[in-house]
Amino acid sequence: MEVKAELIQAILQKWQYRKDFLIEILQDVQDEFHYLPQPVLVAMARYLEIPVNQIYEAATFYKAFSLEPKGKYQVSVCKGTACHVRGAATVQGALERELGIKMGETDKNLEFTLEPVRCLGCCGLAPVITVNQDVYGKVEASEVSKIIEKYRKGGETAKTTVTMGKGGRP
Amino acid sequence: MRRLKVEDLAQIKKKRREEIKLSQAGPFRVRVVVHLGTCGLSAGAGSILEAFEAQVASHPEAKVHLLKCGCGGFCAREPMAQVEVLGMEPVTYVDLKPKDVKTIFEEHVLKGKVVEAKRLPPEESFFRRQHFIVLRHRGLIDPENIEDYIAYDGYTALAKVLTSMTPEQVIAEVKASGLRGRGGGGFPAGVKWETCRQAGEERHEERYVICNADEGDPGAYMDRSVIESDPHSVIEGMIIGAYAIGSHQGYVYIRKEYPVALEKLNIALAQAREYGLLGENILGTDFSFDIEVHRGAGAFVCGESTALMASLEGRAGIPRAKYIHTVEYGLWNKPSCLNNVETWANVPVIINQGASWFTQIGTGDVTNNPWGGSKGTKVFSLTGKVKNTGLIEVPMGITLREIIFDIGGGIPGGKKFKTVQTGGPSGGFLPESLLDLPVDFDSLTEAGSMMGSGGMIVGDEDTCMVDMAKYFINFLLEESCGKCVPCREGLRSMHAILERITKGQGREGDLEALDDLARVMTQSSLCALGQSAPNPVLTSIRYFREEYEAHIRDHKCPAGVCPDLYEMTIVPELCSGCMVCARYCPTQAISGEKKKPHRIDRNKCIKCNVCYSLCKFGAIKKT
Repeated sequence: MEVKAELIQAILQKWQYRKDFLIEILQDVQDEFHYLPQPVLVAMARYLEIPVNQIYEAATFYKAFSLEPKGKYQVSVCKGTACHVRGAATVQGALERELGIKMGETDKNLEFTLEPVRCLGCCGLAPVITVNQDVYGKVEASEVSKIIEKYRKGGETAKTTVTMGKGGRP
Repeated sequence: MRRLKVEDLAQIKKKRREEIKLSQAGPFRVRVVVHLGTCGLSAGAGSILEAFEAQVASHPEAKVHLLKCGCGGFCAREPMAQVEVLGMEPVTYVDLKPKDVKTIFEEHVLKGKVVEAKRLPPEESFFRRQHFIVLRHRGLIDPENIEDYIAYDGYTALAKVLTSMTPEQVIAEVKASGLRGRGGGGFPAGVKWETCRQAGEERHEERYVICNADEGDPGAYMDRSVIESDPHSVIEGMIIGAYAIGSHQGYVYIRKEYPVALEKLNIALAQAREYGLLGENILGTDFSFDIEVHRGAGAFVCGESTALMASLEGRAGIPRAKYIHTVEYGLWNKPSCLNNVETWANVPVIINQGASWFTQIGTGDVTNNPWGGSKGTKVFSLTGKVKNTGLIEVPMGITLREIIFDIGGGIPGGKKFKTVQTGGPSGGFLPESLLDLPVDFDSLTEAGSMMGSGGMIVGDEDTCMVDMAKYFINFLLEESCGKCVPCREGLRSMHAILERITKGQGREGDLEALDDLARVMTQSSLCALGQSAPNPVLTSIRYFREEYEAHIRDHKCPAGVCPDLYEMTIVPELCSGCMVCARYCPTQAISGEKKKPHRIDRNKCIKCNVCYSLCKFGAIKKT
């Protein structure tokens, strides 16, 4: 893949080429490409004057980073305790069946990635799933197909939306 | 804006108070407060705000002050708004939909008639037992407006410290207050500050203050809410701490999962800099200090002090042994003082009100021993199987029963209380028999749990204790950094045993094996993550042993959670034959005709629980 030098430099400029901002820099790369492409990491190492392995140490340690390309839609299931107690596992099962992939996988067409996410901190709405920036609270397993269908049809929303299901009945 | 001097604070306070005062003649006659914390936003508060904005724009004669506040605390009833009309008591509206806004505006704001259908009844007990110190500005200030904070005595504690107290006096005051670290450990903040200052003075070195906002415990969101709603209280606390310790550089380490909090924090920092409350010569004195923000990247272990500091240096967040304390050799090997968000937010109040006021709240006696009691309040996020989920602040020493049943309103759906989990993955489960336990650092530790950062998750009769223990061990297994063997391998082994038990393949001797593993991990893990990791397992065995035995001996999951240990059945007498379950069953395991009882084919059933959650008649049972 071809990486524009200006793009890398813009990110590094934002963080003043500081080595202690490496984690921040990698997050910006992740946001830009939805994963950490190897050529970018190698270039970063050169600009920051640090060994590539130091970048890989951080890149493989933190959950926010991925070395593999991700799907267009990131479906995240909150794995917080409140969501667990209120039936996140049931919702996860329904998502896995609906998408035909297991937790942590990406489908062949690079369309959907199913991921666990650490507690989102809106425990009052448990169980919660997010699709990119859209939040779905009080989700019920039977509602999952309808949610996913929307994105299959390319129904990405421009801004954050919130949809409340009827689930989460304790 | 010019950089403020000490005397300017009082002027701003007076001016802002005058501006926002409700009066017939002044600019505002009505105040509408919309709560825009993450919970509120996720529940749709954004569209409520838009609806109010539209109303306010079309009714300039109503003279409405629309205040965009942070978290309202009552997560279960979000989106919330409060309406205060001149001369009337403020009224809180809950469970709002955009269409309700028009009614509320036309009736209450314009005509002064309260909309009873949407209001939170005044007798609601959720707010009654609470005591606000950290959340003192809840519903009062716009987190994006520094002058709102100053209007409610913001930065006066800083002014007091800079003009009339020596660093030693500040430390003595914080020590005397008995303030203990709210991040979980409960280490006395004053003692930490003193050691850090001494280490820096002795070696003539720069020292750092750090705010730990890497709130990783699942089910806990106190710190997120404080930063979203009142970021300046944390910043002020940090500046005071920096002055006491003699630091000129501070850091906030905040998790990336909190975008709203990060945004509010950055706005607040920029404003504080603009007003001369950060940077060179703060408030015109010769004290200088600034704060830098670092985002975490999704690693639970980075809440541990040494791991957090490694991450601040741009490395993988792997803890180190702590026989050398971070207050002596921390970030960049310099003396570093790390406290969490809630601890910092307490500091300005302690300075303003005095240690003796603070020690009146809470338990024990800290006069001669800073570990002698738990003073002040604690913020908890009350979640799980409880009616009133929300963010609460209660005085130390309140009982679990008061929290769960008075404030929390008890268990929904007529179910029975089973357990409350405190302290996140490092804490433990407490049974019904301990409901009258006072909530403070020492009582909870004695019971095998811990205060932790403040997650409080309630479980009812449908909660399986073995499954919950497995949940936390699995969480920690994924989050263990893998540096030390007891934590890495101990968690793996524990998980394997628990997995077996939940699959009905438990063996005699499993509980003893878990106990052995727990002892090794507690004694020999490198950091607190590993040392406290066995707590969920140990407490669940200690208080719910019979449930483990049911799994191991009878191969039954009494709560009906572990899929291999129960069967789905339809009770014919209760089934109305509505066909809903059959329609949604992903494997077509349910058959039956309309208005006649259905049945489940056990060979096809995958126990996805879809039918169980859909059935309105309670006809589907797990046996």
